[in-house]
Formats: sequence, structure tokens, C-alpha cells
Amino acid sequence: MKQQVLVLYLNNSALDSEVLAWAFYDGTGKTEPTTGDSDQPPYDSGTEALRDGWRLFQASQLIPPYPGHEYDTSYMKHEFFFEKLE
Amino acid sequence: MTTTVPLLSSVEVARFVANGFHRINAVVPDDLNEESIGVFDAGIPVVYHGRPVPEVYEEGSFVRRLLDVPAVAGALHSLIGPDPIVDHQALHVREPREGAAQALHADAIIDTRPDAFDVQLMYYPHEVTGTMGGTLSVPGSHLRRTNESDTGRYQNLRGQSRLTCPAGTVVLLHHGIWHGGRRNDSGTRRYMFKIRFNPTVPQVRLWDTADLDDPRIAQELGRFFPWCEHATGRLEIYNRIKLWRAMTGDASFDIDLWATRVANRPGRAA
Repeated sequence: MKQQVLVLYLNNSALDSEVLAWAFYDGTGKTEPTTGDSDQPPYDSGTEALRDGWRLFQASQLIPPYPGHEYDTSYMKHEFFFEKLE
Repeated sequence: MTTTVPLLSSVEVARFVANGFHRINAVVPDDLNEESIGVFDAGIPVVYHGRPVPEVYEEGSFVRRLLDVPAVAGALHSLIGPDPIVDHQALHVREPREGAAQALHADAIIDTRPDAFDVQLMYYPHEVTGTMGGTLSVPGSHLRRTNESDTGRYQNLRGQSRLTCPAGTVVLLHHGIWHGGRRNDSGTRRYMFKIRFNPTVPQVRLWDTADLDDPRIAQELGRFFPWCEHATGRLEIYNRIKLWRAMTGDASFDIDLWATRVANRPGRAA
């Protein structure tokens, strides 16, 4: 069995919110995704990926900002990892 | 560098503060574009200079003539100021049918300066079509505090820019913008020549400020980008307000009270 991994970055912490960014890693070797290869997300929301058979295995936690850094922005906040096995 | 070149307007600089780049299409004359390939093929080493432009590039040299193109000189002056330091130069070549793209990254290391920034000039001497691996960049990402390629996990973002451009295009980038060379799926070499500049003066009102009260400035600075979380997008506007205050010397500038509201502590010392 080989793993395909889909990473979706959502608009807020809800799994049914809009997809803002995405990445795909293909353990089957059938495709070779890379940075900047598409302008269209594979799904519009996290739940749409679930409906298509992707299994959620990790979601980013909600971590309070560090004191003094409440207005800093950094990495994408709402990261969800999905898998399919083939 | 003189100040008689065409400077950017306040609206254009505000757009740079929001987007993290200023793009000038087909600004370099054809004769320079044609000359450039020979210069590049002869070899341009990656060199960290740390010296002013006249000490690095001889008068009349290819690079000096590139930097003297009036619209390029004016935009550079507007953003980085007079007499900048050449930080480094690098020629980036994406070979035909390369296997992979660069990971999304910001150059150098995490850079937390709130009131200064470096400018990177990217010059494309020939037309870049959709399959030639034109630079990927993420408009509005430059104020996010991330370190180099730690963003490499992000392959695609809504609203990303996959550069296509006519020959002679120059893009001036804020040092923090997320970007990367894309995979070249064409049969043609793709060139991009980059110079990073460091400021030597405070980056305050270096452009044509005649339109400093134009309401379009707030519209530019108040943009939301399609890849940015809604809540974090509000923080992005807050951070642009702070940068605009630094660049104009106007500590009262605000948009929709974003900065004023959270600083309002009646009867308390600052």
C-alpha cells in the first residue's frame, strides 16, 4: 500500500472553511506535483475532500499568540493533512 | 543615481507596501536585452559586494546601463533611496525541462526590521511564457515572519503569481516576499538576473509625494489577498499601516481605526 498526502490550508479553523492553499505528495509515483504547478485548488473546502474519500490524519492546533507578538503574522495557520492509500 | 528620474507616486508605493513588489513590463530596451544574454552566458558569479553601485559596476557597463533605465532608476530611488549598497547579485537560470521547482522561500534569513527593507531587482531579458518556469511569487506575503524555505511545504496558493512577461521586464521585490523559480517545462533556457540592494538612508518619503492624500492609498493598503486567512488578513492591514507610518513619518495614519482602536488607553501612559 502506498500513501498519497494532501495538505489543505483553510480560511479558519473549521474543516468546512474555504481552501486557501494546498500541496500534494504522491507516494504512488503516478504524478510529480511541485511548487507553483496549479492555480486551482483540488477542493473548495476540507469537507469536500472528505466527501471524495480523503482521510484526515492531522489538524493544526489553535495556539495563542506569544505575548508581545499578537500582531505578527507568520506561517499559514489552519493546516489539515489528509491521506489516501492505494 | 540622480533624483531627476521619474519617481513613483504615493499610490504606487502604497501598492508596493501591500503587494510586496513593483512590476515594470518591457521597460528595458531591446538592444540591452539582446546584449544581456551574451553577458550572462559569459558568466556572472554570485558575489556579495556590500559596496555602492559605482564601486561594483563600472560606468557604461551592462549592469550600470540597466540600472540607468529611467523608469528602473526612478522606481529604485522611490523604494530604496539614493546611493544604495549592492548586497549581492546572482544569475538564475532554469534549464529546459528541469525536474522540479524551487521550494517557496524568502531570500536571506528572517528579517524583522519594522521600518526598513531591502529591494531585490529581478530582470527578465527575454519573453517568459507560461511553460518556461517564470518566478512564482505570493503577493502580500512579504510581512509574514518566516525563515527562508521553511515555507517550502506550500506548493500553491490562491492568487499566487506565476510570472509571464514580455522581454525586458523588471520586478522590484520587498526582501520578504515568498517566491521561487518554477519548473521549466519548455525547451528554452530561462534567465533571470537579480541584484539585492540595501538602503543607506531612512526610507521616508523618497517618492513623489504630491498625491499623499489620495484616498486610493488606503484602498491599496487595505487589500485582502485570496490566499490569506480572513482573520490574519486584518493583521496584515495593521502591519501595513505600521510600515506606511514609518515610510511617511505620519504616526497618525490609519485605515478604519485598525491601529488607533488597539492603542486607545485613556488616562494611561503610552
